Amino acid sequence: MSKTATKRSSRKPAATATPATPVTTATPAEAEPFVWTKKHLLGLDELTADEIVHILDTAESFREVSTRSIKKVPALRGKVVANLFFEDSTRTRMSFNLAASRLSADVIELVSTGSSVAKGETLRDTVRNIEAMGVDIVVVRHKQSGAAYMLAQCLSASVVNAGDGQHEHPTQALLDIFTIRQRLGSVAGKKVGIVGDIAHSRVARSNILGLRKLGAEVFVVGPPTLVPSAITAMGCEVCHSLDEVLPRLDVINMLRIQFERFSSNLFPSVREYAQLYGLNAERMRLAKPDILVMHPGPINRGMELTSDVADGPNSAILNQVTNGLAIRMAVLFLVNQANQV
Amino acid sequence: MTDILIKGGRVIDPAGGLDRRADVLISDGKIAKVGRVPASQITRGCKLIDAVGKIVCPGLIDIHVHCREPGHEEEETIATAAGSAVAGGFTTIVAMPNTHPVIDNEAMVQYVIHQAENAGLARVLPAGAITKDRQGKELAELGSMLAAGAVAFTDDGDGLASSSVMQRALQYAGMFDAPILQHCQDPDLGGSGVMNSGAMAVRLGLPGIPAAAEEIMLQRDLALLARTGGRYHVQHVSTAGAVDMIRSAKKLGLHVTAEATPHHMLLTDAACQSYDPNYKVAPPLRSAGDVEAVRQGVADGTIDCLATDHAPHSKEEKELEFALAPSGLIALQCALGLFAKALIDTGLIDWPTLIARMTTGPAAVIRQPLASLAAGAVADVTIIDPQADYTVDVTGWLSKSRNCPYHNWPLHVRAVGTIVAGQVKFLL
Repeated sequence: MSKTATKRSSRKPAATATPATPVTTATPAEAEPFVWTKKHLLGLDELTADEIVHILDTAESFREVSTRSIKKVPALRGKVVANLFFEDSTRTRMSFNLAASRLSADVIELVSTGSSVAKGETLRDTVRNIEAMGVDIVVVRHKQSGAAYMLAQCLSASVVNAGDGQHEHPTQALLDIFTIRQRLGSVAGKKVGIVGDIAHSRVARSNILGLRKLGAEVFVVGPPTLVPSAITAMGCEVCHSLDEVLPRLDVINMLRIQFERFSSNLFPSVREYAQLYGLNAERMRLAKPDILVMHPGPINRGMELTSDVADGPNSAILNQVTNGLAIRMAVLFLVNQANQV
Repeated sequence: MTDILIKGGRVIDPAGGLDRRADVLISDGKIAKVGRVPASQITRGCKLIDAVGKIVCPGLIDIHVHCREPGHEEEETIATAAGSAVAGGFTTIVAMPNTHPVIDNEAMVQYVIHQAENAGLARVLPAGAITKDRQGKELAELGSMLAAGAVAFTDDGDGLASSSVMQRALQYAGMFDAPILQHCQDPDLGGSGVMNSGAMAVRLGLPGIPAAAEEIMLQRDLALLARTGGRYHVQHVSTAGAVDMIRSAKKLGLHVTAEATPHHMLLTDAACQSYDPNYKVAPPLRSAGDVEAVRQGVADGTIDCLATDHAPHSKEEKELEFALAPSGLIALQCALGLFAKALIDTGLIDWPTLIARMTTGPAAVIRQPLASLAAGAVADVTIIDPQADYTVDVTGWLSKSRNCPYHNWPLHVRAVGTIVAGQVKFLL
C-alpha cells in the first residue's frame, strides 16, 4: 500500500504520518484504499492476509521516520499509550515505548513481574484502574495465555498484545515477516524453519499463523518434547532433524531456549540441545548460501546460535530489531485509527 | 398431608417396567396408585395436577453436586443447591465433600443432613471424603460417616492418587458395601494442564491434560478392584478410552459403575477458544470423538447414570485468566433439557432409558430405595414437559452463582413439577 492510500484511509489526514516515498514492496498496491477496522491487535489468528500486508505496508512508510533528524510525527499527539508489562521484557517494552513516542503519544509504563493476584488485585482490576486515567491504547504483556483477549473484553481502550503466555506475540511475528519480505522480496512460497521450543513459544505460534496466511511453507523443528505433534493442525510441518530440513530452507528462525525447560526433562542438557539443534558454521554448510538467519532475541550465544552465525552475513537479527520499531508504530497508528471510527 | 393426583400423564417407571398413560395418586407421602383413578377414590382437598402431554416419572437423582456449604456460602448453600435441584426436576442430590472444612467425619455429615432438613427442598445425601481432609493419605472414618447418613465416599476435585490408599479404601469401604466415587485424573501427568491436550490447547498456548491422565488412573483402579472387590464408581467419564475400559471391566464382572455429565456430551475443547473460563472444567472438555463415545456409553448402559457435576464459582473467580480460574460450571436447573438434547434429540436413547439413567441408575450406585412408582414407595415424583420451547436464562436461577455456559441456549425439555415425599416443591 502506498503512502497516499495510508493517508486516504485516515479520518484525520493532518494527524497522519507524512512519510517519504515508500520502499517498493513485493505485493501489488490495492486498487481500493484499505480501511483498517480492527480496534485491537490480539493475534495474527484473527487477521486476514490483506490485513497483515496492510500492517507491513504501513510499517514500510513509517520506517523512513526513523531516518529523519527529528524522528517524530504527530499521529498520536494527545493520545495516551500505557505499556503494561507483567512479565520481563527489555526490547519489546523499549520498542513499544519508542514507537509510541515517535508518534507523539504520551507513554505511561507499568513493569510488574509479580503476580497481581498475589497482591490481592486481579489483572482486570489493575488494568481498568489504569485505563480510568484516560488511556487510549493499552499495550500488554502477561504470562497468562489469553490475557490480552480478556482485557479486550473489559476495556474501551484499544488493546495491543505484546505477548500473552504461550499463545501469541503478534508484533514479533509481524516484524519477522516484514524482515523476510524486506530481505527476500516476498513471503509466498518461501520455506521457513522455526527451530526450538515450539511448545512454549508464542513467537512460533504467531509466526506460523502469519507466514501460512501469506503463503509461506513452515517447518517447525525440535525434539518431540518441545514440538507438539498437534501443531500440524496450524498448517505447518513437524521435523525432528535440523540437518535433514536445513538444506531446503530459505529462512531459519532460531528460538530462544529457556533454561528452566531442561530441569523439567524436556531435553537432557544444553550440550545435547546445541549438538542437535544449534546453528554453527559447520551446520551452515548444509544450508542454502543465502539463507536468512533470524532470532527473536535475546540470544544464548553458543546454544541456539554460535557467534559467527549470529553476527555473520546471513544474519538478519539486528534488522529485526530495527523493523520492530516500524511495525509497532504501524500497529499503534492503525488500532488508534480504528478506535476513532 | 394432602393427597395429590397427577392426571393423564405418560407414566414412565423404569423399575416397574411401566410406560403408559395413567394417573398417579399420592397419599400420605407414598405412591398410592398408578393407573386409572376413579373419581370415587379422590379425597376432599386432593391436589389435582394436569399432566396431559407430560411425562410423569420417579424423582430424578443427581449424584454429583457441589453445594459449597460449609466454607463457600457466597457461591452456593445447601438450600440454594437444593432449590436449584427441585427447579430442575431433581428430588435427590448427593453433596460432594470438598467443602471447607472437608466433610470427612460424622459431625460434618450430620451438619449437611441438618442443613438439608432446614431447607426442606430436595433430599440432600452427603458423600464423605475417602481420606482425612482429602489429603489422599489416611482413611477417614468411613464407618462412622456411613452410620451418620453418608451414602458414598469420594475425594472428588482430585483423583485419589496413591495406589496403596486406593486399595485400602476399596477393601475397607467394601466391608460396608459402600461405593467409592473416583475423579480419575493422574496428578503427575495432568497436573499442570488446564484444558484437553490437543490441537486447540496447542493453538491457545494452554497446557493440556491428556486423555491418558484419566485412563491411567482408571486402569489402575480397575486392576485394584479385581483384587479387592468392593464398589467402584467412575465420576464424569470424559474419554473414549475410559468408556471402553469400563465396558470391558463390566464384561469381566467387576462391580464398576459410571456417570456422564451434560458438558462431556455437548461441548468439545473447541469451546475454549474464547478463553472463557466457564468452559474450564475438570476433567476437561474433550474431542468430538470423545463426546460421541460418552453418548454411546450411556446408550449401551456402560455408563449407568447421568450427573451434573454442578460446581458453582463466584464471578470474581471466574473472571480470572483461564489458567488461573477454578474449574467447574453450573447446570442443575437445565440439566434435564441438556441430557435430552444430547441423548434423545440425537435418537440414541428413548425416554424410558433416559429416565432410567436419571433414576434407577443413580439410585443403584448409592444403594438408596428411591426411584420407584410402585405402590407404597416414597412419593418422589418428577413431571416433565418434553415439548416446552424455552431459552436458558441463568439470570433468574436459584443458584448463587452464574458460571453457566448454557445461558441463552434454546432447549425443549424441562421439569414442570417436582414432588418430594409427597410434597410439591416445585410446580411451573
